[in-house]
Amino acid sequence: MSADTGQQHPIGLYLKIWALLFVLSFFSYMVDYFHFEGMLRWFLILVFMFLKAGFIVSIFMHLTWERTAMKLVILLPPVAILVLIILMAIEADYTFLTRLVFFSSS
Amino acid sequence: MNSESSGQIPTAETGTGWTGVVNDWAADKENFAMPWGKLMMWLFLLSDTFIFSVFLVGYMNVRMSAVDSWPNPSEVFALTIGGQHIPLILIALMTFVLITSSGTMAMAVNFGYRKDRKKTVMLMLATAALGATFVGMQAFEWTKLIHEGVRPWENPFGASQFGSAFFMITGFHGMHVSAGVIYLLVIANRVRKGHYEEKGYDIVEITGLYWHFVDLVWVFIFAFFYLW
Repeated sequence: MSADTGQQHPIGLYLKIWALLFVLSFFSYMVDYFHFEGMLRWFLILVFMFLKAGFIVSIFMHLTWERTAMKLVILLPPVAILVLIILMAIEADYTFLTRLVFFSSS
Repeated sequence: MNSESSGQIPTAETGTGWTGVVNDWAADKENFAMPWGKLMMWLFLLSDTFIFSVFLVGYMNVRMSAVDSWPNPSEVFALTIGGQHIPLILIALMTFVLITSSGTMAMAVNFGYRKDRKKTVMLMLATAALGATFVGMQAFEWTKLIHEGVRPWENPFGASQFGSAFFMITGFHGMHVSAGVIYLLVIANRVRKGHYEEKGYDIVEITGLYWHFVDLVWVFIFAFFYLW
């Protein structure tokens, strides 16, 4: 395997993404600093989180330049986690209500 | 395909998008055109994704079902620096340290493929140093919380589940960072010795994948545990 088969991209691109990640992290810290509450807070946290995660995976980890077959291997299985999140949220809700009923009746 | 009859061996670079997927899986060749070490690292990271996801989902579950109010991370992780009370400052600094280390790692990968050994080693050592700084800050954070009475089973701030989620998630992440620092030092030393001059510098990219993944996990921990 010769070395020139690897991922080779201009340094400038990395520096730009690096700066962008700094700015996005700063923004997500500001969400806390300025005490945004409720839906706006959660929305902003998720937006900045997914943007940062996307840039790290696509540029720093080079997934943008991989073959589609490889992208599918990496990105498809985590969809199962969404199912787990939904199931566990339902379960947690049930536990919470059960606790309210039984902890208050004693 | 008869278009390949010009003596050309069909490579993995045939077709893009879905055509590429079909060609990669249907052709009589390896499915993934990359060094096996890199593919294995990706598969390991995929499995690690599930481990951290399960931790974070478990944290979601206990937080949603807790009857007591959840401690406010903004206050729990606040520091007083020079008489100024700054919320969540330590975690913000840790985030910047880790992102910086990701940047130096990305550049190390780049110089590796250019066979610039000296710069690769220097950048990998810088990455390892930043990683060690991160772990040090985390040790400081743990010490502070333990002194304040935070335990996996109780804490003075609110819902008792806070401690177990905190120690489990940040502990496991910190372990990954520590292992990454050792991994970086080992590979950097081998690069320095010229171990990869013949084999090629894919190993630096593989190490980089692991390191960026550690940063990636922190993005999710930062969002869900510290900011939510």
